[in-house]
Amino acid sequence: MLGFIAARLVKAVFILLAILVLNFVLIHAAPGDPAAVMAGEAGAADEKFLQDLRERFGLDQPFTVQLWNYMKGAIQLDLGFSYRQQMPVAELIWDRLPATLLLTATAFVISIVIGVAAGVLAAQTQGTWWDTLISSLALLFYATPLFWVALMASLLFSVVLGWLPGFGYQTIGANYTGIDRVLDIGKHLILPATTLGLFFTAIYMRMTRASMLEVSRLDFVKTARAKGLRNSVIQRRHVLRNALLPVITLAGLQAGQIVGGAVLTETVFAWPGIGRLMFEAISQRDYNVILGVFFISAAMVLLFNLITDILYGIVDPRIRLTK
Amino acid sequence: MRAFWSRFRQNRGAVIGLIILAIVIICAIAAPFLFPRSPWSMVQRPFLPPFEMDGLPLGTDALGRDVLSGLFHGARVSLLVGLVSTVVALAIGIPIGALAGYYGGLVDDALMRFTEFFQTIPSFALAIVLLAIFQPTLAYVILAIAIVSWPPVARLVRGEVLSLRNREFVEAATLSGQSNLRIILRQVLPNALPPIIVLASLMVATAILLESSLSFLGLGDPNVMSWGYMIGAARTVLRTAWWLSFIPGIAILLTVLALNLIGEGLNDALNPRLRKRTS
Repeated sequence: MLGFIAARLVKAVFILLAILVLNFVLIHAAPGDPAAVMAGEAGAADEKFLQDLRERFGLDQPFTVQLWNYMKGAIQLDLGFSYRQQMPVAELIWDRLPATLLLTATAFVISIVIGVAAGVLAAQTQGTWWDTLISSLALLFYATPLFWVALMASLLFSVVLGWLPGFGYQTIGANYTGIDRVLDIGKHLILPATTLGLFFTAIYMRMTRASMLEVSRLDFVKTARAKGLRNSVIQRRHVLRNALLPVITLAGLQAGQIVGGAVLTETVFAWPGIGRLMFEAISQRDYNVILGVFFISAAMVLLFNLITDILYGIVDPRIRLTK
Repeated sequence: MRAFWSRFRQNRGAVIGLIILAIVIICAIAAPFLFPRSPWSMVQRPFLPPFEMDGLPLGTDALGRDVLSGLFHGARVSLLVGLVSTVVALAIGIPIGALAGYYGGLVDDALMRFTEFFQTIPSFALAIVLLAIFQPTLAYVILAIAIVSWPPVARLVRGEVLSLRNREFVEAATLSGQSNLRIILRQVLPNALPPIIVLASLMVATAILLESSLSFLGLGDPNVMSWGYMIGAARTVLRTAWWLSFIPGIAILLTVLALNLIGEGLNDALNPRLRKRTS
């Protein structure tokens, strides 16, 4: 098991390094010279300023030296400087990362819990109107644009019905402490997390349903039935456990999508995370921030993947044998 | 072909999907004839609600532009981006998957690591980065979507090629002295086509969603009217003119839903064995 985790870790590190190279290549592939790009961010473009930038960032040095310096900096979590915000990028991201982690993790949990539960229900009531309802909902959610459903949810539940706050992270000026603060944040979290998770809820519903039906037909289920086990025991202990394996794999793959989707959700709900930071950076053409957020979100995805890999290794011992 | 059609027809959802898609395609084709004026031009006072004036059934947006005209012209962009980016993604993914599956060994390892890399990085974030750095013209939007959506193609094709590679007809082709390239193109790939077609239909749907999300964020081509842009522009007036965000969203939802339904129908029709197993 330890060897298995170590192998996954090494792989994750290599992917991170590759992303850094990609980042570096991208900023150099941008039309125009990088100094001009950075100066553009700073909102100034006179020749002396450009020359200063070139020297300061070693842009007059060979490509490989620049790459080396860039990688060295990034590994020490130096992600460059944002001239727009007059702050190091790493600091900007660090401030906003907890909000995004909270949002994505909640969305992840909501989508898995609801998706799996609904999928199991649909599989057990196969052919009835419950099954039809759940399957149709899954189809609908799967086709709904994330940003649009976020807008519509904030309109309905926040503006029209007034049930939930549709804006921000906590009530401004309320200065709650302790449990009140937690409840306040939780209330603000419901709409963004549910809408962010909706697409994935649909995926888990479909996947769980299909997987349950697939496993139900296998021989060991027949054996369990022949042994006279109660149906609920068979479903829970034999079918569900095996049916969940592909769902876990999928969960790892979807982690990246959730992090990407956070840009849209955070933009709509003014959630103060790194997705919102990226959106602001797009309109300001603040490249260092954009690339920094990209790098950190990739790191987050790798972390999620690592966790699901380890989970998978625990749930299904067979996986450890196949590298 | 007739057998395919009769199986496809049995899936009611797929037929409904086909009808919806046909309507969207007709809208896209008819747009320049029904609305010869640019969808960007001002036609009436701003915020004219739907169903209030003849000739402007869906009203106008914040700048007095015809919403229905935007919807028709947006259909062109959505379909174009969806189709072309899928074709480009297939053009990247199929060769990579085929080479990896056919040659195996080191080639396979290298190509699959490369694919895995692209599959791991958050695709939407990468698309944003690409469009933020390069100019968001229609061509770059298509390219960015293709770059983030080819990995599943490569994996699928690799799997199919792996399972076909050792079949008798491929061995026969090898023995008859055909070149590797010819074997891949003439023997292996045609047999891997059905699952690729199914995946491609679903990819068009995903690409349309991606395009609308990017336009919503302001990363679409600023010169073409698209559904995502319409929602993005109406976002700030959500409270006063909710229909301006609502209507284009329905258009996206229906188009994507139609493509997904068609994808399922194709899956049923092209893989009859699979259908028996899961129904």
